[in-house]
Amino acid sequence: MPSTATIQTLERDIVVVGGGSAGLAAAISARDAGCESVLVLEREPQLGGILNQCIHNGFGLHAFKEELTGPEYAARYISQARERQIEHMLRTTVLDIADDLTVTAVSAERGVFRIRAKAVVLAMGCRECPRGALDICGTRPAGVYTAGTAQRLVNIDGLMPGREVVILGSGDIGLIMARRLTLEGAHVACVAELMPYSGGLKRNIVQCLDDFGIPLLLSHTVVNVEGTKRVEAVTIAQVDEHLKPIPGTEVRYPCDTLLLSVGLLPENELSRQAGVRINPITRGAFVDDSLMTSVPGVFACGNVLHVHDLVDYVSEESAHAGASAARYVRQLAEGAGRGASDLVPVRVAGGIRYSVPAFVSPANMDEKITLRFRVGAVYQNRYVSLYVGDRRVQHRRKQILAPGEMQELTLRREELAGIAPADEIRLLLEEE
Amino acid sequence: MAETVYDALVVGAGVSGCSIAREFSRLDGRFLVLEAEDDVCSGTSKANSAIVHAGFDAQTGTLMARLNVEGTSLFPELSRELEFGFRQIGSLVVCTNEADLPALQALLERGHANGVHDLRIVGREELVRMEPNISDAAVAALWAPTAGICDPFELTDALAENAAANGVEFRFDAPVTGARRRKRDGEPALWEVTTPKGTFLSHVVVNAAGVHADELHNMVSASRISITPRRGQYELLDTTAGDHVRHTVFMLPTKMGKGVLVTPTIHGNLLVGPTAEDIPDKSGTQTTPDGLAEVRRKSALTVRDIPFRETITSFSGLRAHQPGQEFIIGEVEDAPGFVDCAGIESPGLSASPAIGRMVARIVNGILGLSPNEGFVPTRRGIPNLRDIDPEDWQRLIQEDPAYGTIVCRCCRVSEAQIRDACRRVPGARSLDGVKHRTGACMGRCQAGFCTPRIMEIISEEVASIDLAHVTKSGPGSRMVVGPDKQGLATASDEKDDSRGGERNA
Amino acid sequence: MSTQHLTCIRCPKGCQITVELEGTEVVSVTGNGCRRGDEYARKEVTNPTRTVTTVVPVEGSPVARMVSVKTAADVPKSKVLDVVRALAGVRTTAPVHIGDVVLADVCGTGVDVVATKNV
Repeated sequence: MPSTATIQTLERDIVVVGGGSAGLAAAISARDAGCESVLVLEREPQLGGILNQCIHNGFGLHAFKEELTGPEYAARYISQARERQIEHMLRTTVLDIADDLTVTAVSAERGVFRIRAKAVVLAMGCRECPRGALDICGTRPAGVYTAGTAQRLVNIDGLMPGREVVILGSGDIGLIMARRLTLEGAHVACVAELMPYSGGLKRNIVQCLDDFGIPLLLSHTVVNVEGTKRVEAVTIAQVDEHLKPIPGTEVRYPCDTLLLSVGLLPENELSRQAGVRINPITRGAFVDDSLMTSVPGVFACGNVLHVHDLVDYVSEESAHAGASAARYVRQLAEGAGRGASDLVPVRVAGGIRYSVPAFVSPANMDEKITLRFRVGAVYQNRYVSLYVGDRRVQHRRKQILAPGEMQELTLRREELAGIAPADEIRLLLEEE
Repeated sequence: MAETVYDALVVGAGVSGCSIAREFSRLDGRFLVLEAEDDVCSGTSKANSAIVHAGFDAQTGTLMARLNVEGTSLFPELSRELEFGFRQIGSLVVCTNEADLPALQALLERGHANGVHDLRIVGREELVRMEPNISDAAVAALWAPTAGICDPFELTDALAENAAANGVEFRFDAPVTGARRRKRDGEPALWEVTTPKGTFLSHVVVNAAGVHADELHNMVSASRISITPRRGQYELLDTTAGDHVRHTVFMLPTKMGKGVLVTPTIHGNLLVGPTAEDIPDKSGTQTTPDGLAEVRRKSALTVRDIPFRETITSFSGLRAHQPGQEFIIGEVEDAPGFVDCAGIESPGLSASPAIGRMVARIVNGILGLSPNEGFVPTRRGIPNLRDIDPEDWQRLIQEDPAYGTIVCRCCRVSEAQIRDACRRVPGARSLDGVKHRTGACMGRCQAGFCTPRIMEIISEEVASIDLAHVTKSGPGSRMVVGPDKQGLATASDEKDDSRGGERNA
Repeated sequence: MSTQHLTCIRCPKGCQITVELEGTEVVSVTGNGCRRGDEYARKEVTNPTRTVTTVVPVEGSPVARMVSVKTAADVPKSKVLDVVRALAGVRTTAPVHIGDVVLADVCGTGVDVVATKNV
């Protein structure tokens, strides 16, 4: 046993934090953009991230034009990374990212170690909203799980969390788990959703609930949990327009399991340590069109930037972040680089909650970039409009816009031609 | 074969029972602790404010006052001996109305009479410097620098481990169903204590059964006592809110009732609560909408802008309230050798080191045992990686690489700590047991990510538990019900439509 | 003449589509907002199919307990539960590669169940 406890320091051009769908796509694209020194840090014993437990199909329709399961989708990126011999470290947890881009990590193999990076790509993904954040009253027995934890138990460990199940929240993982648990022999009594609309994809409501006759109770929530050791019952009540439970509407469901699928939160604790400015709406970083955060050299992509519905778009976004990081490193070597001074904010209004990126550089942006955004309620027959100063450069009719479905539009550099220094870019919904 | 006869048997492995057990282990005797639940610290000791009170609350001259002040004075040394989390951060009792200043003064004087040192009243200006988020209505506060915060789980674990290391036996899942005095020819009578795990014989029985202490007492004595479960509901906020206050902030009790406290916890979270509701059910640890609303409303009287959207969990605990509002400690008159340690509500945690000493003195007055010459007063704590120096961490990893594998990312708990928790005696056998010993699962994801891995480690470490039988908190709380596809009906089975909701009448 | 109601899944709008059938012949499709809804409804009422995904135990792997599997093509919707039942008791042994057949011609559908993960 060595007597000294020295801390090793490595040097890499780009450190990618997270080896899931975002991190892999970013690393591959950084390598393809010419960066030879890319290191992916992954805390799990395998690459692929949450895709490994998403065994259902429906991935890759956009990216590969075929329908894949999560592990198959991950495998394509893992083999691309392998072909490029991209360096990765498994079972490695990042502890800290300093604002000088020194990444501190720990693993059993290397102990605590540091990596001095020229650029860092944040690709840590997201976590689920736990029970505590929901103020569900009652006891705290075994049998209350987030949908993702249940998914991991059923799909990775082959273990059933329960036999009689109530699901709160109609997020996609909750819907997927309603089907999974039914197929594995459980009975799912219902899915209760606080909002008057579902947070999940239509496809999942039809194929995961309707196919099995599982009722979706919109404008309902769980108001009580019973059972001292294991869940024995939950009580569901209807809510009013202020989302408050309506007395007298309570229905008690005897069950042994309550699954929660009520929202995903980007995991930005490391980003905050690095000093990255966080958008309170997305809970992810504010980024410019190169997906660089407020800290120079730190990029973000995938669910840590904003929660996506489809992994295909995570991959696409992350490839952009990886290429941007590679370009940043190259420009650093050339002594060039883009300033933050020419950034134009993208203001959102009229039902649009946020835009990623939140800033665009008319001088430095690519030929075309993708703006991704979400609306705050269900809208029918509205126009998504983009203004540059007073000039409306885009105006597209959408039959339907829902909070559960991320939207995107392409912004071309030429559309920003002639933008005045004081001009804003505005993205909003219009009735005509 | 002769039956084992214990010198003393403690019922209840809460902080009182374990403190008593540790004091017993200084004696040369045979001791047993019986616990109804799966682990130590599973009742009243589990869910409380985790405050070490300075000692000005209780009426002068009471046992509560004396043992509080004595117990609190023992904490700094005890925390070094047993390596549990304790920080003397001081407390403030905030007065929000000029008219109540005499009551604040009276509290100061009571503190002096109880023997509390270094108390003083601070004016608004100083108070705002000490607590920038204090309410705008605050006019003054009683400052008690000797007050502190601790980790009640770690304290109880440490006491139990140290007692066990010095020879005390523990039995879990052993609720006492009967206790009677068995007369023997020509020999002193013995206590016979019945549990589902067997019947145990002892010269002395100590009743440290928390909210159930009245039931046990009333089995053996004609003079009845009564314990009312007094529920306290709390909200626990993320570490991002942990520095919203720097000290424990109480509200001055007024005719409007006792307020709730706002305090940092030893793990860096912010704790707000409790309510005080007398309830009939000794297992009634529910939270209620009204209770949590009260916590939010009352806390705003002393501290402003508490970021409740950072709440990571709410919970409730039961205090073992005794109508006389006094600890009942002593041998029961009509039950020789039966010693009560009942009605241990606030400041019971603060008093626990002194309670242990007092009960041990009483019991050894009966038994007359000589000292345990081999007594080792120290216990090595489970290392904490949260604030560790990187070089120290590196040394740990060199000794055991599992210190480098993080399992709980929110609270930075490694595989090595979890295995350590399972290997302790008494050790963790459930997820809650691991959580309480290591601080895992207490963070913002609330066990979402680490649950399956911790289940796996428990099943690897505890020979009697396989993966599908890991529990949250002992029998009846299995995490999973079995393997996939087990409950699949055959194709011919009709769908049973009787399942589903029951509308309330 | 019979009527079926369904929700279109081809876009987020989720049109409520009504299909009128004469036996198994589609007579009319109404309520759809576009041509894709018409296609979806005709397929869904005459020949609904699904891909089935689940997991089966894998032996001999140091890291994995289960391996994920899917039906290599869609199976009739009515057979979905039967497919999972048929897989109860099926075990695999590492190494397993994506595409390896875990159970051939499941439930007489002519469709194989294949691995979707390399273990």
